[in-house]
Amino acid sequence: MSKAGITVATADPPAPAVRRLPRRRGIELALIVLAVLLSVYGYCAVGLARHGALPPGAAGYGAGLGVLALLAHLAVRLRAPYADPLLLPIGVLLNGLGLVLIYRLDLETPGDRAAPAQLVWSTLGVALFILVVLLLRDHRVLQRYTYVCVVAALILLTLPILFPAVNGARIWIRIAGFSIQPGEFAKVLLAVFFAAYLAANRSALAYTGRRVWKLQLPTGRVLGPILAVWLVSVGVLVLERDLGTSLLFFGLFVVLLYVATGRTGWIAVGLLLAALGAVAVGRLEPHVHSRIETWLHPFASIEAGEGANQLAQSLFAFAEGGMLGTGLGLGHSFLIGFAVKSDFILATAGEELGLAGIAAVFLLYGLLVERGFRAGLAQREPFGRLLAVGLASLVALQVFVIAGGVTGLIPLTGMAMPFLAQGGSSVVTNWAIVALLVRVSDSARRSYDGQDAR
Amino acid sequence: MTRHIRHAGYFCALLLVALLVNAARVQVVQAPSYDRNPGNRRPDITRYEQPRGDILVGGRPVTGSRDTREHLRYERTYTDGPMYAPVTGFASQLYGTTLLESAEDGVLSGADPMLAPFPLWNDFTRARNAGGDVVTTLHPAAQEAAYEGLAGHKGAVAALEPSTGRILALVSAPSYDPQPLSGNGSAAARAWSRLTADKDRPMLNRAVRQTYPPGSTFKVVTAAAALDAGVVTDLEAPTDTPDPYRLPGTRTRLTNASKGCANASVREAFTLSCNTVFAKLGAEAGVTDMTATAHAFGFNNGALRIPFPVARSTFDTTLDQAQLALSSIGQYNTRATPLQMAMVAAAVANGGQVRDPYLVERTTRPGGSTLATAGSRATRQAMYPSTAARLRAMMRDVVENGTGRNAAIRGAKVGGKTGTAQHGLGNSGTPYAWFVSWAQGDRDLAPRVAVAVVVEDAETDRGDISGGGDAAPIARAVMEAVLKSPDQPFG
Repeated sequence: MSKAGITVATADPPAPAVRRLPRRRGIELALIVLAVLLSVYGYCAVGLARHGALPPGAAGYGAGLGVLALLAHLAVRLRAPYADPLLLPIGVLLNGLGLVLIYRLDLETPGDRAAPAQLVWSTLGVALFILVVLLLRDHRVLQRYTYVCVVAALILLTLPILFPAVNGARIWIRIAGFSIQPGEFAKVLLAVFFAAYLAANRSALAYTGRRVWKLQLPTGRVLGPILAVWLVSVGVLVLERDLGTSLLFFGLFVVLLYVATGRTGWIAVGLLLAALGAVAVGRLEPHVHSRIETWLHPFASIEAGEGANQLAQSLFAFAEGGMLGTGLGLGHSFLIGFAVKSDFILATAGEELGLAGIAAVFLLYGLLVERGFRAGLAQREPFGRLLAVGLASLVALQVFVIAGGVTGLIPLTGMAMPFLAQGGSSVVTNWAIVALLVRVSDSARRSYDGQDAR
Repeated sequence: MTRHIRHAGYFCALLLVALLVNAARVQVVQAPSYDRNPGNRRPDITRYEQPRGDILVGGRPVTGSRDTREHLRYERTYTDGPMYAPVTGFASQLYGTTLLESAEDGVLSGADPMLAPFPLWNDFTRARNAGGDVVTTLHPAAQEAAYEGLAGHKGAVAALEPSTGRILALVSAPSYDPQPLSGNGSAAARAWSRLTADKDRPMLNRAVRQTYPPGSTFKVVTAAAALDAGVVTDLEAPTDTPDPYRLPGTRTRLTNASKGCANASVREAFTLSCNTVFAKLGAEAGVTDMTATAHAFGFNNGALRIPFPVARSTFDTTLDQAQLALSSIGQYNTRATPLQMAMVAAAVANGGQVRDPYLVERTTRPGGSTLATAGSRATRQAMYPSTAARLRAMMRDVVENGTGRNAAIRGAKVGGKTGTAQHGLGNSGTPYAWFVSWAQGDRDLAPRVAVAVVVEDAETDRGDISGGGDAAPIARAVMEAVLKSPDQPFG
């Protein structure tokens, strides 16, 4: 039962007038301050552990993060006063922790400093957050741009094909020294498109068409476009060898279809398709095949005398962390080598913060996702609901795919850990997701407050 | 729709639980096995993250640590590396550890749980303690005397304090400097291949890891067995031994390097080092008594640790009479480490009691407080005290009137026994020159040092005289160094 639900039940019948929902902006502010302090604390801990002194930029880093967070908070206060007070602090804390981890790894790679760039991208991300909160007064506006979204998403997805592959995957475009991963932006646009399309056509999807055995097949006219978009996206991603994102889109599609139509059959079909796809890709793609082999036998390369591969190194890092971790700055996750700041950043968290820290990080993501779902539940109109569920599922699936990959739960697919990993596109996208969730949760609770409902 | 959103939410919660359970599996359940995986470099990195504890000789560290600022941060350094290498061994980031560096690795590296102030808490935090120090029993002057005495030779020296079993000197020549092996770079690899390819085998610890036929020095054991068994009662009585002596049951005739061995008394035979007399004596004592005495001295004991393992000295227990006769003069299958022969001399000096030798006096915490001490060692009675007294007299006779004159020290009672051991196919190799001895200052209450010296490439081949000529002066230098030192309880 949601809190909003309880409030409605007690408040609605007798007095139609003002029973104001608590806005809890003060709690948000307190949590933001806590998140900034925790990040600064982590930054100082790294400096103390490595050099025995506070890092020179600690005050500047804290001030920068603090100002960004406060500006975001002011924007929420101004334009989304009813928004869920947990969303923004979680974003700040995860982003702050990510900066600490990247700064910490920068110390191991003096030639490649990623933290300053990440700070710039974080600033851009928060700026985007503020822009969305300030300018997007009502998320339903997005419905008008359903087809703009899908076209933009497809263009973004196909763009990298024109650019050279980086480390075996064509998912980057390089402009003026910056590399951008357009697929990251595309996922939000696709979530908007799926949500809008399904919201508009859900009855048709659920109740028309032929019934085959226990499955209600919708008419091709309704299902066709969305299926086509999905197929094109996944096809493009397979071409680009970005299996993580294709898995993500697949999951998003199935979840939203299930939520929109309420047909369990879609899940069955989804799982069946996933299994078929996995077998086919696993057989045909040597790249994927080797990933699966590595997952099944992470230490085979050691036994073969070729040294530990990345997954083995990642598992060693997690194991070294144990319950409480080695302490920030005191681990050796640099042994993972390539991608330690991006795909494998969680291993650094696991080694230096231990199971306790990793569980806390997972729970933060869990809380973020749960708040997203809650915003969806509290929302009344289907587009907002689907949008919130879609965005929250995106975060959940992405965290699962990459965290499961680096801890050996599932085969590894390269993906960015939301907020933590190095990568500008990812940070900006995730701030956009949080901004949209803030917007949806604000409108949901605002409507209960009688300001916008009738 | 609400219901289905909830279902999707449960699904996400399920994913979260899977991640948490899996993280616990990796970080807690599997962690120990991952830590032990040979591909995991972390144990090495942690190991070299802090300076290693030191090995002390005479209160002075002979090892050190150098900060390389690399991933394997601290490297080992050695002072007088070649002199102490047979004791310290090496601690290499590439090739592991040997000898004391290996046997006391837990203390030196800080991994020993005894170093933790709160062991259980330590298990929990997995913090590593600073390394402790290892205080050796070595006598720096004796070690130096032995090292210099062997310079230019191939051989080994072992010196003991008879009453305690403390090892005062342990030298092997040629030696090597462990320093270049410390790191993990190409220099270390080059040093390693050079040392391992060297046909003189400088990394072989000849004092404890190499066995030699002990030759005539083994006559001390034979004499002890014969006296204890009552085969001989009067040392002055003629032994009715022909020269040459035909080995029982064979046509092989055993001869002597010295003259005057025919029908010599045991005392004369000992002083002149007559093979014939002692071969006959051993055969008369019998396999059982010879074996029992050899065992009591420490032969055939493969479990001796000082604290690194000592090679097994052997006395064959399945012998016919001829083989027994040969074994009794330190040939055939009889083989001994220099340390074992030092134990033989020490037993004679110590009233017949054998103390297991040891090299580590105590281990300390980084601050210097004691972690563990050597404690009392096992004692075995190798012979009756009266037998030991008679052997002492005979050994002094060797130094005063016999083959061991080169070991005499003014102002001290010195007992010794020379040996020249044939070896190689048909005794073709250059004989090993042996000398075992003990010394007691005139004002000492008991012998303070027992020494065994072996020189592989003795210059001369003149019977026992080579033992007296090449090995005895080295033994004397070592004994003098010990007797001269002021800080001993006696004298």
